[in-house]
Amino acid sequence: MSNLEIRDLHVSVETEAGPKEILRGVDLTIESGQTHAIMGPNGSGKSTLAYSLAGHPKYTVTSGSVRLDGEDVLDMTVDERARAGLFLAMQYPVEVPGVSVSNFLRTAKTAIDGEAPKLRTWVKDVKESMQNLAIDDAFAERDLNTGFSGGEKKRHEILQLELLQPKFAVLDETDSGLDIDALRIVSDGVNRFTANGDKGVLLITHYTRILRYIKPDFVHVFVGGKIAEEGGPELADKLEEQGYVDYVGASA
Amino acid sequence: MSIDTAQHGLVEHSHGAGAEAAEGALDRFASFDVDAHEVPRGREEEWRFTPMSRLRGLHDDTPLDGSVDVSVDADPKVAVTTVGADDPRRGTSTYVPVDRPSARAWASAEKVVAVDVPADTVVDQPTVLTLTGRSAEQGAAGHVVVTAGRHSKSVLILEYLGSAALADNVEVVVGDGAELVVVTVHDWDDDAVHLSHQHVHVGRDATVRHAVISFGGDLVRTGTTLDYAGPGGDATLLGLYYVDAGQHIENRLVVDHNTPNSRSDVEYKGALQGKGAHAVWIGDVLIRKQALGINTYELNRNLVLTDGARADSVPNLEIETGEIEGAGHASATGRFDDEQLFYLQARGIPPELARKLVVRGFFASLINRVGVPAISERLMATVERELAVAEELAAQGA
Ligand SMILES: Nc1ncnc2c1ncn2[C@@H]1O[C@H](COP(=O)(O)OP(=O)(O)OP(=O)(O)O)[C@@H](O)[C@H]1O
Ligand SMILES: [Mg+2]
Repeated sequence: MSNLEIRDLHVSVETEAGPKEILRGVDLTIESGQTHAIMGPNGSGKSTLAYSLAGHPKYTVTSGSVRLDGEDVLDMTVDERARAGLFLAMQYPVEVPGVSVSNFLRTAKTAIDGEAPKLRTWVKDVKESMQNLAIDDAFAERDLNTGFSGGEKKRHEILQLELLQPKFAVLDETDSGLDIDALRIVSDGVNRFTANGDKGVLLITHYTRILRYIKPDFVHVFVGGKIAEEGGPELADKLEEQGYVDYVGASA
Repeated sequence: MSIDTAQHGLVEHSHGAGAEAAEGALDRFASFDVDAHEVPRGREEEWRFTPMSRLRGLHDDTPLDGSVDVSVDADPKVAVTTVGADDPRRGTSTYVPVDRPSARAWASAEKVVAVDVPADTVVDQPTVLTLTGRSAEQGAAGHVVVTAGRHSKSVLILEYLGSAALADNVEVVVGDGAELVVVTVHDWDDDAVHLSHQHVHVGRDATVRHAVISFGGDLVRTGTTLDYAGPGGDATLLGLYYVDAGQHIENRLVVDHNTPNSRSDVEYKGALQGKGAHAVWIGDVLIRKQALGINTYELNRNLVLTDGARADSVPNLEIETGEIEGAGHASATGRFDDEQLFYLQARGIPPELARKLVVRGFFASLINRVGVPAISERLMATVERELAVAEELAAQGA
């Protein structure tokens, strides 16, 4: 069993007018077997939290800590974090022309496991996961994310999640831009990932509809760079009815 | 003014034989007469990027009495012969030397290598012409004329190896309806200096794919000019270069849309690494009054992998008619795309490997477009070898 512990995290970005603080003291602990939903209005800092956990160079942690089973995550490079068991499904996955999906998946799997996967089982696993996510075979030979539709990119993020089997997954608005069928396919993928009860998920979303398919254990309302309220799944229902007006009004 | 002479973008207007042609605004100076071309000093527009002191006198008056060895591997259907300088095939591309080294090479070359693909003939096996230099201490001149007969289909690989101080001209005549692929590979030794001019003359409804691959050499400057013998010609001009510390690789292109409904698509991509690595790319596209309904696009991209390397990139469109189907150009010089590297690393891939994937990817599409399986693997292998050098540099810097 693992845990991911975020303590009083403050993060800024560099702007023309100097550093701008975006995360203002985030506290959150996720244990394996738990799914936490983070919900918040546009610009509240959700992606900033996700990128900071993954180690994107644009974001500077000014104070606070992030520990994975006690290990200092902030001290690790981006690739070390991934190998330690963190995964970020990005809101806007990056196009990498010239690198095929199959080559990328094999390279990533080899890096994470520290050894090349057994060819026969690997090919079978990839095929099966692609089928599960209704991804056409032809995508294996396409350039990574290049020219993929928004929905296709999101399904590929979940494909990677299934194949790389991290300890903790941060899903940044994986649901946005998906039609209802794709939403179900992607949710099924996440539920397969968590089925054994040994994975932790931080599900960042703007809308409540994905919570019909993925049941969170905890819901956190994120406003103005920190958690404004937390509760169980019932908090999502309240947000469904009332939106963020209460919180935004309060923080403004 | 006869249509015939006005078609040529590179107009003879000095002491040469034949009628004087009217010179349009788009025409460059050109002449067979060596002395009509002043010795360039380096301040001229055409020479401002070139390190003149490293030219081994090719631009001045170093004797060009050396030679390079020629070896051939070709299908028997393709005739490759060495003939004298008075051979009538010389000049059939309509090329007239545009600078002094080219004029000197024209005047000095005693032998001409003629490659002839018969009309209506399809040749699957690439013709490989290997030119090997022995020493950079002696200047040499060369001349190659490639003639692809009407409706023929073939591939030519022209590779340069060894060490040389070479000035040469390569004429490529693509017959009406022919399909020709010409790939030049500069795999020179470190001390080679090469000033090359290639002229491609595209027949009516002909298709040509022309590629210049530059890896080796101290200084390699390739001028490629292209024009059309009739309407409907389709030209793809590709280039790949990988410039190491101290190397100067320069590519200058002039595509002369002198006929209607012609098409050109230029894509040059290069990577640079190490102190003093310098790449120059100049892409001129001329669209003449009569060139109605043409389509052109040119693109140059440079990936600067380390500090101390420099890429100059100048695309240029000169348009005399508004009735074109499409014309555009783009040029981008950048470092690694940080977002791409971040994405790969966020999947556990270490930074060195991530960079490798991105550089391979950068060149992969271009190598695919060159589309000659016989050399694709070799090109990728060379790119990988070069990348290993980048990793070493990075390791030393760290
Ligand atoms: N480089 C930057 N310069 C200035 N402001 C920035 C920069 N990067 C992010 N921000 C600001 O930080 C805030 C948080 O952005 P973030 O992307 O984390 O929000 P979000 O909650 O993910 O929003 P969304 O729901 O739209 O995805 C926004 O106000 C954004 O404009
Ligand atoms: Mg966001």
